[in-house]
Parts: sequence; structure tokens; C-alpha cells
Amino acid sequence: MFDFHKNHKLLFATAFLGFVMLSTVISIIPALQMQEVKPLPGMKDLNSEELKGLRVYVSENCMACHTQQVRNIEMDQVWGQRPSLASDYYYSKKRLDLWRQSPSLLGSERTGPDLTEVGKRQPGQEWHLLHLYNPRIVVKESIMPAYPWLFEEKSPAMVTQKDVLVPVSDDLLKNPGYKLVAKPEAMALIAYLQSLVQIDVGQNLGPDFIPSTRKKKNQADGQESLDLIGVQLYAETCAACHQTSGEGIAGAFPPLAGSKIVNDPDANILVQIILSGYDARPEFGAMPGFANLLTDEEIAAIANHERNSWGNKAPAVTPGQVAEIRKFIQKQ
Amino acid sequence: MKRTTIILFLLGLSIFEVQAQTVPNPNTAQWWSSPGIIGTALLIAIVSFVAIIIIGSRLSTLIQHLQKKTESKNKESLKSELINLEAEELDLILEKRKAAKTYSLTGNELSGPNSIDDGRGLVTKITHDPENPLVDEKMRETLRLETPEALRNLLIWYLGAAVFWLVFGTLVGQYVGMKFIWPEMDQSAWLSFGRLRPVHTNTVFWGWASLAMVGLGYFVISRTSNTSIFSYTVAKVAWYLMNSAVLVGNILLMSGVNNGGGEYREYIWPVALLFALGLILTCYNFYKTVADRKISEIYISNWYLMGGLMWTITLVVIGYMPSYQDGLGETVIQGYYMHQGVGMWFMTFTLGLVYYYLPTALNKPIYSYSLGVLAFWTQMLFYTLIGTHHFVFSPLPWWLQTVAIVFSVGMFIPVLAGTTNFLMTMKGSWSAISKSYVLPFFLVGVVFYFVGSTQGSLQAFRLTNFIWHFTDFNVAHSHMTMYGIITFLLWACMYSIVPKVTGNEPPGLGVGIHFWMAFVGLFAYMISLMAGGTLRGLSWIEGEPFIQSVVLMQPYWVWRAIGGSLMFVSHLVFAYNFYEMAKKDKRPPVRPTTPFSSAQA
Repeated sequence: MFDFHKNHKLLFATAFLGFVMLSTVISIIPALQMQEVKPLPGMKDLNSEELKGLRVYVSENCMACHTQQVRNIEMDQVWGQRPSLASDYYYSKKRLDLWRQSPSLLGSERTGPDLTEVGKRQPGQEWHLLHLYNPRIVVKESIMPAYPWLFEEKSPAMVTQKDVLVPVSDDLLKNPGYKLVAKPEAMALIAYLQSLVQIDVGQNLGPDFIPSTRKKKNQADGQESLDLIGVQLYAETCAACHQTSGEGIAGAFPPLAGSKIVNDPDANILVQIILSGYDARPEFGAMPGFANLLTDEEIAAIANHERNSWGNKAPAVTPGQVAEIRKFIQKQ
Repeated sequence: MKRTTIILFLLGLSIFEVQAQTVPNPNTAQWWSSPGIIGTALLIAIVSFVAIIIIGSRLSTLIQHLQKKTESKNKESLKSELINLEAEELDLILEKRKAAKTYSLTGNELSGPNSIDDGRGLVTKITHDPENPLVDEKMRETLRLETPEALRNLLIWYLGAAVFWLVFGTLVGQYVGMKFIWPEMDQSAWLSFGRLRPVHTNTVFWGWASLAMVGLGYFVISRTSNTSIFSYTVAKVAWYLMNSAVLVGNILLMSGVNNGGGEYREYIWPVALLFALGLILTCYNFYKTVADRKISEIYISNWYLMGGLMWTITLVVIGYMPSYQDGLGETVIQGYYMHQGVGMWFMTFTLGLVYYYLPTALNKPIYSYSLGVLAFWTQMLFYTLIGTHHFVFSPLPWWLQTVAIVFSVGMFIPVLAGTTNFLMTMKGSWSAISKSYVLPFFLVGVVFYFVGSTQGSLQAFRLTNFIWHFTDFNVAHSHMTMYGIITFLLWACMYSIVPKVTGNEPPGLGVGIHFWMAFVGLFAYMISLMAGGTLRGLSWIEGEPFIQSVVLMQPYWVWRAIGGSLMFVSHLVFAYNFYEMAKKDKRPPVRPTTPFSSAQA
């Protein structure tokens, strides 16, 4: 009866139907189930600008190097406050148009950082503009491609009110004396990136991270280890704009080396700026506040690193002082 | 019966292992000594090996039993024959036999008493030293297969296009690899990393490997069915469809039009449709040829070839249908699609090719037909279910991830069955390997088939995912398999068949350079990315700043680029070798004597 080796109809029909059945069970049915999920409360659909940005994101295939998924393991905790949920992709993973399907945003390579919460981590527009024009202006070690075709150089006479200028130094331009203007595609892409944040689902409602058992170096106390955390936290949180050298980027981000505020024996203003951000000087980009992202200990460690590096010299800040300033700001 | 029990036992064991891993606190500090990485691998490898030995012995006892039955039958008939003989007749037979037993050769039966003389000038060259001291003198291909003109041209068309796409695709790959070291190489949108990466992968997938496979498949299907191809026109049309898909698809990708970035389905659907039509025509053509075969049995190669075609058509249809692909539905399909693209198309089809070209290169039958059948069905059963292992720890359902991990372990069965079959076929012909320019390619391909697939199964574990997922280790794995297995095996098949069909040998030195550069290049590529990927994963687990893991990768990316350059240059050499083989025949035509060619006439 089962003469597969002689009956080609039986052999090929069995192989074909077997595969179709298995495929239905393992792909089509789970896929249909995954479509059933509903958006999280408080989630908003992408606006037209953000959607345009998503198209640029797909068109440049950013997914080749950037993931958008926080896995439920501890090492991914740096990329989001909770592991990603199926609902998180309700609005972003819809069919783009007749020609193009739902984008594969989850990705499979993390050559560059995960972007699930880049909107929270990097809310400033100036940083994104510089970074897209040439990533190595803001992150020297970066290997990300530059996207000069999202920008154009205009002679100062042609620049209009609506144009968004990019604060690059003159020697990076092909036409000296011209101004670098972001094209609408760049602005849309930035709008999309700024929209990338995780929706808060409350403390105990989301899934937990699976903890790892590595020994936490950070828990050891003593001044030396506190310094070490300061360097690391600075590298993770501040160096993207102010640079590891503390020199900042002329025209975009102010230097910390030799800064009056950083070297002020009274750390009040410095800590206030770290907590609630700063946008008082029009020649520089806006700085976001870090009150929700960093603890008092972490802010103290960062402040002390800044106050004792690159030739700076100022007395140490304690976590207690930071806590007081935090309270003072909250009251306001 | 026993076989199913063993398979069930194996699966049970793997389920147990996987469950043991879901303890919510995997010890990442000692990942290298974790039972998930070492223990499971060893245990299951041993058990599977034993299982296959048992299956083998069961089969051989069964065969022996059947043989004994026929033997005793023969004995009975001989006995009755002897009893019926006359005494004189018996004496005559005995004397004849005695004379035959004592006969011995004198040593000059063929030459006679005269001295050796090449009167007709048949010997053209006598050499005792190899021409080139660097590479072994390889045996010349003496066998000449009389092939219909149309089939020969078809083969050259498909293989020629494949070689072009290999050179183009790996040139792009090489360029993209260099961008990791010099990200400022160009400022052009059309050459940016994000756009070029899918050009590289899709070209080598759909251009190089697919066209080479289909071309080689046409020869197998015609040869093993002992009949001519159903329609050469259909084959030509499919050639145009598939090539235009790759061409148009690449231009669109470079201009920034892609389907959504899902790996290997970056071509938008109209382009994929062109390719799918090519596949459907090929499948129809193959099916008709097999259906029209002149022998009753369907050779095992054709199971794999037809399976690969039918499964891949299903796969493309499922991968591009939109109705279940919103939200994470797309991710489920992506896992399924990208894994099956590799498993059901490249792996299945190439295995089918090896089942024909390896035995013919060795001039002996495949070791076990049954192992081939076992591998075929388990390939379909296990490979289909493991796509989600690309999304371990993702928001996809936990059960889907677990099924994928369990059946990834199940993949040991088809892999071991295939490897055993090929190695046992090669057994006893090891000395031929150093004398042949074809067999080293086969050997490398088969060994990588075992190593690459096994390593892939291990990579699916949750613990190994901790360290390797998202790192360059994945890239190393995909090159180990798509290059180490598929590409090496395709080269082996091409070197073994093209000279027999065209009558032109490739230059020996060229093949040697090709082999060693590709092999050494692959090793540099693989080892550097594996080492770098592991260190990168550990850096992430340590919680170091991300940019530090980029800086850490720099030397490994340099080594990858060096390995990649060697691979690319070897392809240029290969392209030259192919040109030498595919040139118009200069040998005098041979009289058609094989039954195959008379069936063509």
C-alpha cells in the first residue's frame, strides 16, 4: 500500500500535504492568534509624521542592525523598563501599503543598540540630526552609516523660516558657508524615533525579567567602586552628547570640562539640571531631565565623575544632597 | 516499531532537557559549563549515534534473514538436481572443476611475447613527477556522459547565471563587510549598509544557490528517471523568471524599496511572484519528468528535489499572504519563513543533489537507501516546526518557542542519518579523496553539514541564546551553513558533472586555489565572528555600555573582512574554472552507447 518509492503521486501528495498541515499548525494558526491581541490602554496610533518616519526607517532597512524587542532576560533590562509584549506592536506592525507588508521591527541582529525606548533615552532633536548626518560627530566609535541624503546644503540666502538647521561645523560641509538643512524625511524619521517609548503597564502587571546570577559588582561599597559606576553611568547616559572627553560638541552640546556650573562648589544647579533638564541657551540643544531614569545614588555618582574629571575640581556630592534637591523640585 | 520508540525516547529526553532549562534562574556566570550547552549536546549526540547504529543493525538482521531464506531455497533445488544426475555426468563436472581450480595466468596474456610498443600513438604523456609541486596531480575525468545538446545547454545556462550571481553577491557581501571597519567608505544612498545587506543575502540565496541547484537538479531528474526533460522551453522560461526576479529585486532594494525588512523576503511581492512562478514551472517540469520515468522506482534524490520544490512554493505563498501578518503575526511567519527558506529549500534540495552526485563521483551506490528515506521524512517533520527558535525570549508565545527548541534537538536525527549515509558511502574510498579534485569539496560539505547543523541545534537552547542571540555569532552560523554546507556541496556537484558533460577539465591549479582560499577564508570568517560574538554577548550580560561591545568587535570584524576577501577571490578563480569547463567541447565525439543516450534518441 505505502509504495512511496514506486508511486510518485502518493509520495509527492503525502510530502506536500504533510508539509501544508505542519505549516498550518506551526505558523498560520499561531499567527492568526497573535493578531488577536489588543493595544495597551494609553497607546496611541502613529500620527502621519511618525508613520512617514517609519517608512523611512523601513526603506533604509534600519532593522538590519537595530532590534526593537526587550527580551524577558535581565541583560535586556537596559533597553526597557519591562519585557516587550505582543500588544506593544499593535500600531507599528501593520501592513504599510499595497506593496509592502508589516515591517519586521523585532529584528535579529543587535549590531547597534535596541530602539524600543530610544524616544526616552534620546529625546533631543539636535542629537538625532547630528547623529543621522554623521554618527561619528556624536559617537566617535560608532560604525553606523551616515545618511547625508536625508539632508541638503542650502546657501544662507535660500534658508527659510521653516527650515530646520543642523548645527554642524563648517568643515564637514561640501559647500563652505552654506547651511545644513534637514529634509522632511529626516524630520519624519526623528519624529518616529522620538515616539518610541514603552507604555507603562504598572509595577506588577507586566511580565518579569528572568534574573541572571552574575555577581553584581555594583553592590560592593567604597569610594573606588562608586567612581567606577560614575564612569560607566556617564558613558551610558551622558557621553552621547557631552562626549567621553567632556568636551561636548561645539554648536550642539556644551562642554562639561571647565564648565562653571560643574565646577561650582555648590552642586545645586548641576543636580537640578540633571534631574529636570535644561533648555535655557538657544545656541545649544535641549537637555532632557533624568529624574525618572536615575536614582539619587546614580546621579551623585555621575555628578562626582563630572566634578573630578577632565581637569575639573569640585567637592563631592552625596546621594542625600541629591534626594533633598529632588524633593525641592517635586514641591515646585 | 523500534525506530519510532527510539525517536520518541530521544524527543522525550530533549523535552526533559529543555524543561530543565526553564528554571527561571539560568546561571549565566558559568555558561560554558552549563549542562544545557555541554551535557545535552554530548548526551543526545551519543544517544542519536547509538540509535542509528541500532537502526542499522536491525535493518541488517532483517536483510540477513531474507537472504538466508533464499539461500536455503537454492540449496534445496541444488540437492534435488544432484540426486537426479548420472554418475558419468558427475565425473565430467568434477574434472572440469579440478582443471579450473589449478589454472594460473602466465602474465603475458594481453601483450604476448613482443616488447611494448605504442604503434598507434595512443599514449600522449608519461609522467612520473607532478607538474606542480604545490598541488597534488589530480586524476583526469575519463568518464564522458553522452548528454543531449539541449540538456547540456540548459545546465550551462543555469550554472553560468549562478556563477555570475555568486561573484556579484559576494562582491556586495565583501563590500558590506568592509563597512564595519570603514563606515565612511561612501556617502551614497544606493550603497548604504541597510540597503546592500539584503542585496547580498538575496543574491546568494535566490541568484547563486537557487539557480545552481535547479540547473544541477535538471540533470539528476533526467538521468535518474532515464528519460528526457519534459519541456526545455518551460525550463528556459523559468530561468528568465528567476533571473529577472533577482535583478529587479536588487535594483528595488538598492533604491530603498523593500518589503518590510524580514530576512530573505525583502523583495516586494511582485518580484517574489516572478520567482515563485519560476519555481512553480520548475516543479511542474520536474514532476512531469519523474512521472514519465522509464524505471519503476523513484530514486531517492528525486524525493528531495520534488520535496524541496513543493515545500518552497508553499513557503513563499504562506510568507507573502497578508491576512495573518499584522502585529506579531508577521513575526511568527518571519521565524517560520526564514528558517524554512534555508531548511526546506537549500538544505533539502542540496541533499537530493548529493544523493546523486556523491555516489556517481565515487562510482558506487549510496550506502543506505533507507537512511535517506528516514532523513527525508524527519527533515519534513522536524525542520518545519523549529522556525521560532529565532525568537527565543521574544514576546511570542512560550509554547511556540519551546516546540521550536525541542524539535531543533530532533534535527539531530535527519542530520545524523544524512551524515552517516554520506560518510559510509565515502568509506573505503578515502584514498580517492587526495587524487580527486571533486571529493574534497564533498568531504568539507558533509562535515559542515554535521557540524553546522548540530551547532545550530545547540544554538537554539535558551541558555545559548543568552550569549549568542543578536550577536555576530548568528552571522557566523549562517555562513557556516549556507557557505560551508550548501556552497561547498554545490561546487562539488558542479566540478563533478560539468567536465563529464562538456569534456573540458578545469585547470588543476585553479581548483586547488579555489578550494583552499574558500576553505581558509571560511574558517577565518567563522572563527573570528564566533569568538567576537561570544565576547560581545558576555559583555552585554556583564551590563557594560553598549558602545564598548562595538569597540570590542573591531579586530574580529577585521579578521572577518580578511576571511571574506579570501572567499571572494576564490570565487573569481572559480568563475575562471567554470569558464574553462563550460567552453565548447574539443574532444572528438564518442559513439552513443549508454542506454540513457539511446533513450534520448
